[in-house]
Amino acid sequence: MIGDMIRAIRACKTAAEERAVVRKECAAIRASINEDDQDYRHRNLAKLMFIQMLGYPTHFGQMECLKLIASAGFPEKRIGYLGLMLLLDERQEVLMLVTNSLKQDLNHSNQYIVGLALCALGNICSAEMARDLAPEVERLLQFRDPNIRKKAALCSIRIIKKVPALAENFINCAASLLKEKHHGVLITGVQLCADLCKVSSEALEYFRKKCTEGLVRTLRDIVNSPYSPEYDISGITDPYLHIRLLKLLRILGQGDADASDRMTDILAQVATKTESNKNAGNAILYECVETIMSIEDDGGLRVLAINILGKFLSNRDNNIRYVALNMLMRATTLDAQAVQRHRATILDCVKDSDASIRKRALDLLYLLVNDNNVKPLIKELIEYLEVSDQEFKGDLTAKICSLVEKFSSEKIWYIDQMLKVLSEAGNFVKDEVWHALIVVISNASDLHGYTVRALYRAFLTSTEQETLVRVAVWCIGEYGDMLVNNVGMLDIEDPITVTECDAVDAVEVAIKRHTSDLTTKAMALIALLKLSSRFPSYSERIKDIIVQNKGNVVLELQQRSIEFNRILQKHPKFRSALVERMPVLDEATFSGRRAGSLPTAISTSSGAPSNLPNGIAKPATAPIPDLLDLSSDDVPAPSSSGGDFLQDLLGVDLSPTPAPSGADMPPKASTDVLLDLLSIGMPLPVQTGLSASDILSSSQDDKAPFVNFNGLASLSSLSANATSPANAAPMMDLLDGRGPGPQKSEENGQAYPSLVAYESSSLRVMFNFSKQRGSPQTTLIQATFTNLSSNVYNDFLFQAAVPKFLQLHLDPASSNTLPASGDGSITQNLKVTNSQHGKKSLVMRVRIAYKTNNKDVLEERQINNFPQNL
Amino acid sequence: MIHFVLLISRQGKVRLTKWYSPYSQKERTKVIRELSGLILTRGPKLCNFVEWRGLRVVYKRYASLYFCMCIDEDDNELEILEIIHHYVEVLDRYFGSVCELDLIYNFHKAYFILDELLIAGELQEPSKRTVTRLVAAQDSLVETAKEQTSSITNIIAQAAK
Repeated sequence: MIGDMIRAIRACKTAAEERAVVRKECAAIRASINEDDQDYRHRNLAKLMFIQMLGYPTHFGQMECLKLIASAGFPEKRIGYLGLMLLLDERQEVLMLVTNSLKQDLNHSNQYIVGLALCALGNICSAEMARDLAPEVERLLQFRDPNIRKKAALCSIRIIKKVPALAENFINCAASLLKEKHHGVLITGVQLCADLCKVSSEALEYFRKKCTEGLVRTLRDIVNSPYSPEYDISGITDPYLHIRLLKLLRILGQGDADASDRMTDILAQVATKTESNKNAGNAILYECVETIMSIEDDGGLRVLAINILGKFLSNRDNNIRYVALNMLMRATTLDAQAVQRHRATILDCVKDSDASIRKRALDLLYLLVNDNNVKPLIKELIEYLEVSDQEFKGDLTAKICSLVEKFSSEKIWYIDQMLKVLSEAGNFVKDEVWHALIVVISNASDLHGYTVRALYRAFLTSTEQETLVRVAVWCIGEYGDMLVNNVGMLDIEDPITVTECDAVDAVEVAIKRHTSDLTTKAMALIALLKLSSRFPSYSERIKDIIVQNKGNVVLELQQRSIEFNRILQKHPKFRSALVERMPVLDEATFSGRRAGSLPTAISTSSGAPSNLPNGIAKPATAPIPDLLDLSSDDVPAPSSSGGDFLQDLLGVDLSPTPAPSGADMPPKASTDVLLDLLSIGMPLPVQTGLSASDILSSSQDDKAPFVNFNGLASLSSLSANATSPANAAPMMDLLDGRGPGPQKSEENGQAYPSLVAYESSSLRVMFNFSKQRGSPQTTLIQATFTNLSSNVYNDFLFQAAVPKFLQLHLDPASSNTLPASGDGSITQNLKVTNSQHGKKSLVMRVRIAYKTNNKDVLEERQINNFPQNL
Repeated sequence: MIHFVLLISRQGKVRLTKWYSPYSQKERTKVIRELSGLILTRGPKLCNFVEWRGLRVVYKRYASLYFCMCIDEDDNELEILEIIHHYVEVLDRYFGSVCELDLIYNFHKAYFILDELLIAGELQEPSKRTVTRLVAAQDSLVETAKEQTSSITNIIAQAAK
């Protein structure tokens, strides 16, 4: 018995017990199915439905449904159709097999069997079934029994949603349903008309012309109808019918002044006469308000509607307030002024204890903010931020930040508000928001002193908000001298005395905070380096703090602290040049970058592993526009870690790659440290012979090939004029424009044609592709380099960069010397893993550096003609 | 349009699920888990609506059972509350002061009633009396069929004697 099974399952104390019982039952059912036992078939199916509800697989019972449906008796069919609706959905092919039984049952002499078939069809029919069975359903719309007519009407809705082209067949029958007296038929008929209007403009026109008058009359009759016990809900006769009629009238009135005009009287009557003390009445009023606001303009009615919403908003029932907020949101586009009147109430709703209401209210308030009211509203919201629930803070912070940014006519106001948000809910501030703040601060040169002092004050009161600490540390590093000397003091500021020692203390606190993450610590390390030059007398102490990180478990911090220490000790000459204030960050570039954010992950490899200890694949730098845009989201790409910001800032690599530190570098240690600092990623042969200043000048003279270094040089403030927006532009293109390759894909991607990835007058690069068995995402590429010139290439180095959806691994090259005139070649293996396999094609940026005739050559190119489906 | 109807007990057990939009078995389990987390944790005085994946879920608690219906953003939430109540009243009439156990052991009956109320995610019948009458008529058809089978079995049994 089914009851026994349910009892057994309910008696289970653990999930494991339940699974055991279900497994046993399923085994018994399968056995019974295999024996084709007719007597137990419907009982088996009933059990399976219960098991399915518990979330266990029951696909093996699907055929049983079909068999039950095909049997003659009503009880079997009833349980069979129920099983069909529960165990199958429209996407299963088995469903097609039932089409024939359905067709027979739709023509059955027993009207209850017809009803079962209509119900099943209405709930799960697919487009094919809709096409096959539409004529039957159409005929049943005129069936003598109203119970079949109403079922057929709802079934037709499903059919025209699945196959909109069938809509026109239903228009006439649907229109005749509107004249029905039976409420069930009338309700479903009105609903069918509404859905027909949505899929067919022909239907809309037809009903608008022929039925508006009748519908208005029906609505009037029902509004004025005397008490009828069968349909009465808290004093209103059939609110469902009210609501559906209002909905259909809305569709007909929208965009048609004439039709709108014909319904104004009855809408006014509904709006004024409906009782609003019960839910049913409010449901009607709610629908009526929406109709009034959607149809063509009638000033008087609109006032009525907005007043109803105002009453809703002050209702004590949370449900009513919720729908009021919802509707006011739609009303803002019509009559923003009227909605503004309720601003204070809406603001109260933002502070409600109900999360659904808060969210609605915040969304609405967001729309209501304009230049005139932004300041008081933001003030209120920020005050509320202090006391709001933890789970609401994220939403609230995001909205405040977005508003502050949108209405930031004065920079000082923007900075003030952002600092408040950072101190209040800095942990909820998204990376791009505080990055943007830094860009703005950098651009507001007259406010540098004010900002750094304000941040310092905020930092003293609380160090709990990560992003506040970051921005404060950055500003102290950049503008520490202004902090100490009270430069650019504004009238509104309280005087503050900060010694050089205090400033260094603050950064020390930041670096020693337990909660500081890698990014914050790395930023603090750089700030310290900068302060060492701003406050030469504290240079020793700063060195001590930096040295403490020498043993940090995070390799990157360890490496940087050793390098910074060396700069402090051995290179006082160019230290000050190295840590000069950052040039003003370009706002346009940043915002453009933010809009079309294209995160990149770059990995490089040395072609000469034997000579270069750094030659293992090691992430290098990201291009300059990434500076403030690299969200530290948890992309598992090996080359991008939480330290993106720092990685960009100085181009240092924060990810734990096993790269030996610059200090281990053999002979040319002095330049190597600097090269690493400049984040070139590894000592390229091309630079090894140059001094630091040479690198800079070459980066100015020879912009095209040096785009990457160029931006970095300026970032690390080695040269304030090294970067202009024009230089940044080509970098933004670094990985842009990856159109689909022109190559046709091969069947199943087994064999791919070789690709001439790059060819110039001096060099040719061929790619051969292969796939690893069982991992379609991974492509093995063998790159073959051929020298087309008559000179030997030395120190040959191939680097490649890919966007974030790809992962790239480079094996060492076969050699670093490429013989002249095609007399031999270098090969190197690449492994690319495409996380968007099948959706996006491969794309790659390559750079080739080599020496010929004692001259350094660098060639770059983007490859986007990879075969598809790699 | 109603995308699905869920009945969940206060302990998070599923008592009825009806899907009017296609969700795979895996998605269904996920939806139920997400929504029970969202709804069962809400306090008693809060509004009956939660926003979820760009849709709205209207729920109402009756004794130990939460009745949930998921609708489109532009549907009338207040009306859905009435529909839920409508369903509960019909269940009450049919079972005679219904309780959770009735719905567990007679879950198929709860489905039959729902099928007389909703098709394709739309309301089918505003009259409780009509719904009860139609379900009762079909129940009696089943009874008659059963009696016939048993009488036929009897006749065969007697003939075999």
